[in-house]
Amino acid sequence: MTAILEMKGITKTFPGVNALDNVNLTVEQGEIHALVGENGAGKSTLMKVLSGVYPHGEYEGQIFFEGEEKRFGNIADSERDGIIIIHQELALVPLLSIAENIFLGNERAGRGIIDWSETYRRTEELLKRVSLKESPRTRVTHLGLGKQQLVEIAKALSKEVKLLILDEPTSSLNEKDSQALLDLLVDLKGKGVSSILISHKLNEISQVADRITVLRDGATVSTLDCQKQEISEDDIVRDMVGRSLSDRFPPRQPNIGEPLFEVRNWSAFHPIHSDRQIVKNVNFHVRAGEVVGIAGLMGAGRTELAMSLFGKSYGDKISGEVRLRGKSVDVSSVHKAIKAGICYATEDRKTYGLVLDQSIRGNVPLANLKGIANGIVVDNHQERSVAEQYRSRMSIKSSGIAQKTVNLSGGNQQKVVLSKWLYAGPEVLILDEPTRGIDVGAKYEIYSIINDLAAAGKAIVVISSEMPELLGISDRIYVMNEGAFIGEMPVAEASQEKIMSMILKKGGKAA
Amino acid sequence: MTDIPAQKAETERPPALQFLRTHMREYGILFALIAIMVFFQFSTEGILLRPVNLTNLVLQNSYIVIMAVGMLMVIVCGHIDLSVGSVMGFVGALSAVLMVNFGIHYIPAAIICLIVGAAIGAIQGYWIAYWKIPSFIVTLAGMLVFKGSMMVLLKGQSVGPFPNEFRAISSGFIPDFFAGESLHITSLLLGVAVATLLVFLSIRARQKEQKHGVPEEPFFFFVGRNILVAAAIVYLTYLLATARGLPNVFIVMAILIAGYSFIAKQTTIGRRIYAVGGNQKAAKLSGINAERLTFLVFANMGMLAALAGLVFAARLNMATPKAGETFELDVIAAVFIGGASMAGGVGTVVGAVVGAFIMGVMNNGMSIMGIGIDWQQMIKGLVLLAAVIFDVYNKNKAA
Repeated sequence: MTAILEMKGITKTFPGVNALDNVNLTVEQGEIHALVGENGAGKSTLMKVLSGVYPHGEYEGQIFFEGEEKRFGNIADSERDGIIIIHQELALVPLLSIAENIFLGNERAGRGIIDWSETYRRTEELLKRVSLKESPRTRVTHLGLGKQQLVEIAKALSKEVKLLILDEPTSSLNEKDSQALLDLLVDLKGKGVSSILISHKLNEISQVADRITVLRDGATVSTLDCQKQEISEDDIVRDMVGRSLSDRFPPRQPNIGEPLFEVRNWSAFHPIHSDRQIVKNVNFHVRAGEVVGIAGLMGAGRTELAMSLFGKSYGDKISGEVRLRGKSVDVSSVHKAIKAGICYATEDRKTYGLVLDQSIRGNVPLANLKGIANGIVVDNHQERSVAEQYRSRMSIKSSGIAQKTVNLSGGNQQKVVLSKWLYAGPEVLILDEPTRGIDVGAKYEIYSIINDLAAAGKAIVVISSEMPELLGISDRIYVMNEGAFIGEMPVAEASQEKIMSMILKKGGKAA
Repeated sequence: MTDIPAQKAETERPPALQFLRTHMREYGILFALIAIMVFFQFSTEGILLRPVNLTNLVLQNSYIVIMAVGMLMVIVCGHIDLSVGSVMGFVGALSAVLMVNFGIHYIPAAIICLIVGAAIGAIQGYWIAYWKIPSFIVTLAGMLVFKGSMMVLLKGQSVGPFPNEFRAISSGFIPDFFAGESLHITSLLLGVAVATLLVFLSIRARQKEQKHGVPEEPFFFFVGRNILVAAAIVYLTYLLATARGLPNVFIVMAILIAGYSFIAKQTTIGRRIYAVGGNQKAAKLSGINAERLTFLVFANMGMLAALAGLVFAARLNMATPKAGETFELDVIAAVFIGGASMAGGVGTVVGAVVGAFIMGVMNNGMSIMGIGIDWQQMIKGLVLLAAVIFDVYNKNKAA
């Protein structure tokens, strides 16, 4: 066999981070090559280098495609050579028809006038190749996600694809659609189309992959050949994780008290696709002074769980019970949840956390305006002193409390969000990805704040996709997958391997 | 992080300059009004600030100012209201029908009109807030509906005249308790009293600020601003006092401006409106009932449009089927000239009022100069565009 693709010594740095470090990847002609690794291991970055999103010159190393060295300047360059990537979030225009979507940007036209009969004829052919029985005139919005994936693949085929890259194609598909997609990949392989499959579902990988490359922390760890040897899922997991925890976390003396926060039989459904259950009968509790971590992959339903608990901010047909110090509390609106003492700091601070156009002073009291007012009249002095107090307590680096939050760095923005919630006086604090996108120093400060809050007897829930972070700051960890809690362990018994294999194996069976 | 050197550079700049830079918009608009007034004062050979003309200026713009106050709230909240001109005309027509055709006393009639206005605003607000229908569409529909309703009410005819007591709200003047010969003493005293009160309040606020830390505004600016504002108030009331004194509607306007400024700046409701306009998602996740606030803001807008309708009808002394046409555009322009942002979350009541007067002074000044309505429209359009470009330019420079 000959290699269709060889990536040699790819290194890509972002300011301060080595995203890819001397990565090698070889894909043989007519194989399905699986690429696995944790969130942030560098899979997406590698694929962006390959497809020309990061043009030649922004990375080091060489790319050989069909034996020739390629220097892609943009996506159009790589597509012209037959390398086509299908992203996790599909790039279809919902209100256009299947045919219009397939030939978007590549219209069957003469002198700018579209030849519709040719368009529909070609679409029919392509749909037959991916075994999708739909009219080319059907609008994409009427198709389920599984069929939309097939349309994406048909679109790739229309461009004479030689190497198809699929980024987590089955993450939001049910078992039947997933199987159909995998069968199609095998079928295409028979017709000479090679593919790279990025997936977290190890059972799917061991079903279809010819070889597996494992990435960790931006480096190639191993390439496993499924034909030559029997590869167990444990082998893959061991390669994926397995790094030591350094002292990136402040020391902590847990002082854990009575159960403070309890959630019973909590369920929630997707707000639009109301038959999709996103949170499945979840039970958990947090004690006073305890930091509880929720581990899981992206899309496991952790944010949805937290937001549905916080005043039904997410989801539909929510059911279950929330108890605080043994008493049932009403969390049916955000206002009531805050009043009961439950706060939720969002994972997306720019969209959901801050009024960016306003100052630190304007943002800090937002969840507790009563605290800075007499009746309805705002007390300017009180407002200013509250903002000053949190600015120094959290060491928010800024020119003053009048500085607009849009001009703060990520870490300082996060501190403003935390200040807002601390000023609301919570007993239970749910922190969703509290250190996403902020530098190591600021992370340490945020961990210290979390420790202080726990020491003050609050119940803390931390949702994080960074496994070492969860292991470093939690007292106890719940594992969530596909909407359900599938495991619970004290941090002393937890390890990345254990959590990962729990997710991957369970995930495989449940899917 | 990359933004730290930038911050350093900012703190090293002289504080006065830095203050001016960050408050460019607030001062800029005031300077623009002064510059425009000075320009027309010369180009109209002193007619602009003649007491009679000044009185006229106030009367002519009162209904725009009243609606601009409400519109500011709507725009800060992140919406727009295109129906205000029609609602204003409709309520004016309603008042004429009630008072002239049915002979209802003007006080209950006026109250009914205000309630009807608030109800109209509430109905539109309901669809916008709870059904998430874009305000542009709901109020565009409202604009057509109430323009039509007005014609139905008036049967295509003008209705009038109104009782004299009712007319007094827009064309009357406050009584002079001192019976001054050539000077309306009560008006002048009122002006002096208000100026003194404002200076007193801002000195007290500054003292409080000083007690708790360094005041933001440099001392020089503080003194200059206070002297300028006090002098302007006293001078303008003096001018008005040499004519017939303060118009009643001027008092109404002053109370509205002061009241809504206070609500916007100093109350939790005001804070919430700015937060909802700035980032509705973040506001909702902070426990703010964004829907109810939006609803209330539109109900309030409807009520103020009704008030403007009463003032306008009283001023014309009749309700005409043309009343209120295109006024919504003047009102919206005033708010944007006054520094509000289309995206919501930014803007001040005083800015909107100054914006309304910039438009008003230009209308008045250009009319005195004999510039045709065609040129006036073009110049006003360019001023609106320039004001917003200035805003965007400032914002980009700051970022």
